[in-house]
Amino acid sequence: MPKVLTLSCLMLIVLAGCSQPSKPSNKILLWHWMTDRNDTFQKFAQQYQKETGIEVTVQLFAPSDSYSQKVIAAAQANVLPDIYGILDKKSIVADFIKAGLVTDLTDDMHANTGAWANSLFDKALADKRFETGNIYGVKPGIYGVPIDVTNEQMLYNKKLLAKAGISTPPKTYEEFIKDAQALKRVGITPFVSGWGELWLLDCFAFNYAFNMMGEEKVFATFRGQVKYTDADWIKVLSVFADLRDKGVMMDGIVTKGNKYAEQDFALERAAFAFNGSWCVNVYHDMNPNLEYGVMPPPAISTAYPLKIWGSAGATFVVNASSPNKDKAIAFLKWLTEKGQQVVLSQETNNLPSNKEALLVISPILGEFAKGMDQSTHPSIWPVNEDPLVSEAFDRGIQAIIIGEKTPQQVVEDVQSVKDRQMAKGH
Amino acid sequence: MNSKVKAAAVVKDNLQNFFFVLPAFVIFCIFYIYPFLNMIFLSFQEWRGIGPMHFIGLQNYKELMGDHLWWDSMAHSGYITLIALTFQNALAFALALACDREIRLKRFYRVVFFIPPVLSEVVVGLIWNWILNPQLQNGQHIGLLNHLLFISGFPQMVHNWLGDPQTALTTIAIVHSWKGFGWGFIMLLAGLQTIDKQLYEAARVDGANAWRTFTNVTIPMMLPVILVVMILTILGSMQVFVLILSMVNEGLVNHTDVPVTRIWSSMSSTNRFGYACAEAVIFGGILVGISFITKRLSDRVKQA
Repeated sequence: MPKVLTLSCLMLIVLAGCSQPSKPSNKILLWHWMTDRNDTFQKFAQQYQKETGIEVTVQLFAPSDSYSQKVIAAAQANVLPDIYGILDKKSIVADFIKAGLVTDLTDDMHANTGAWANSLFDKALADKRFETGNIYGVKPGIYGVPIDVTNEQMLYNKKLLAKAGISTPPKTYEEFIKDAQALKRVGITPFVSGWGELWLLDCFAFNYAFNMMGEEKVFATFRGQVKYTDADWIKVLSVFADLRDKGVMMDGIVTKGNKYAEQDFALERAAFAFNGSWCVNVYHDMNPNLEYGVMPPPAISTAYPLKIWGSAGATFVVNASSPNKDKAIAFLKWLTEKGQQVVLSQETNNLPSNKEALLVISPILGEFAKGMDQSTHPSIWPVNEDPLVSEAFDRGIQAIIIGEKTPQQVVEDVQSVKDRQMAKGH
Repeated sequence: MNSKVKAAAVVKDNLQNFFFVLPAFVIFCIFYIYPFLNMIFLSFQEWRGIGPMHFIGLQNYKELMGDHLWWDSMAHSGYITLIALTFQNALAFALALACDREIRLKRFYRVVFFIPPVLSEVVVGLIWNWILNPQLQNGQHIGLLNHLLFISGFPQMVHNWLGDPQTALTTIAIVHSWKGFGWGFIMLLAGLQTIDKQLYEAARVDGANAWRTFTNVTIPMMLPVILVVMILTILGSMQVFVLILSMVNEGLVNHTDVPVTRIWSSMSSTNRFGYACAEAVIFGGILVGISFITKRLSDRVKQA
């Protein structure tokens, strides 16, 4: 019998270990997914404990896909940490908020005449901000703290361009194609990107969609008021057919992961790349002597401004049911102060979310920072496309790139998926 | 009174036994039974992973029946399995036969052939990505395969193996077979070593040549092992996932989709947890069906 009792006690201890602590304490638990920033976060945790006596435990769960699944599982079991990130679409963030898992930070952001909110990039804050009358039915407010910002632009290799006799980077699409031909003549692959990751391909396509037909028409398509078979959408997709026909893209681009694409650019196998601002850190690790510059994707039309994707890079939220909510908010406030933001930017080569910290960042990050003014992002759009339609759209572009389908065929396929989803009320 | 004492002792014994089994039973229920039942429950819901669920009955299953991408992925999986069953197992058997003989460096070969299966699928994907790289730099092929084809006088065979719908799936299937043949090799070799050598001597005395010995002695004696290897190959190949992800990321259009990548995509890209569960239920059912058929087949062969 004593064995049975011991066993029962052990089981109770194990089961008790699965529950979440519910009493306030001087300890904060933070979950993140950023391998490149983990060391700096750990240092910050130690520094913060010295300054305030609050113990911050930083736990890394990578890669981001696994992290995302972990957060969803923890949300279902109500065992989320005090601070975490939601790496998903805004509609999913809205679900988290509606489930009472995210703290509304509006009052903290706007305290002291909005000092905290004003110190941060507005477009970064918009990532987790819900406006009045938002389509998600979420109470208006700010629900996240951006710790850095990011945007996706084109990179050019100065040495390779010079080798092809190109002195200045292209500003228009025609110039870009002309430069690509010049590069090909001297045996240099013009362009690479990690389009095996569909979001990056989607991002490039929407740069041109905004440039060629304007925001309103894109959103009208999402709402079902404009069809994908519209001539403008065919023109957008024809860009990929043109890039394919002119041999601009690196072989195998449609199955290439972004890590491989970054390696190709860092090792000077391609003259242009399409990538996000985090690449500064990646290229530095891969080839510290790489000489490159940043430019927006070359505009194809003058009808509408070319928008680039840019928003908060990493945003943390505070668990609404955390007993240490106020301490968690105070820590995030400290993390986004100029001093910490400068250190974070210098150590990890990411764009800081604190505007004042921009004054001391590296020149190449400064070039990326200029793009924030013309940035946009699905998280701030008034309407988003149905994920199944987006998938059909992105797969369709892949089919164009490998020469399997024409833009006309792809828009018809996408529209048929759109019609099906609309009929279902999505 | 005596019978009461006995009954109490039996109850005590049973209770004690029950408590010893309880931890394993609880763990099994929590990590196997509950998720399985929950998956079936979720397959009748429309749910995005968080927030409210909406019961939609058999709607997910109905949609799945008409989802050509899903059935295409099933066909792709079948194709990979077919290549693994033939190419992979034939290679494993041939090498097992070779290593079963008295050859030099026999132990070295056994170790070498077992290296691919112990490598992580991500590592295998990375290695083969480099081997199959279609890119040129300074006029030289970066990928080892294209480089070898070029310098061996077969420049017309240089190809973008993973970027062409005609070759992508076959290439993945071959890499999968390369990674998996070691398991079959070890099992078949172990099977070959259990065959009584006297049977071979008797066949030789009866005047059987090598081929007759192989077909009349080796194959019949190896059939149970071959069937086990086949079942494991089918189940392993139908569920290939990480290798595909590490070789072609989210896929070449839909040409490299397999059921597990579709399930993953339904969960992570389109946040359709209910639909993903319906896919998982159907896929699980198919795998159980295949296992059942092969088990019945195996039993019949053993009886014969």
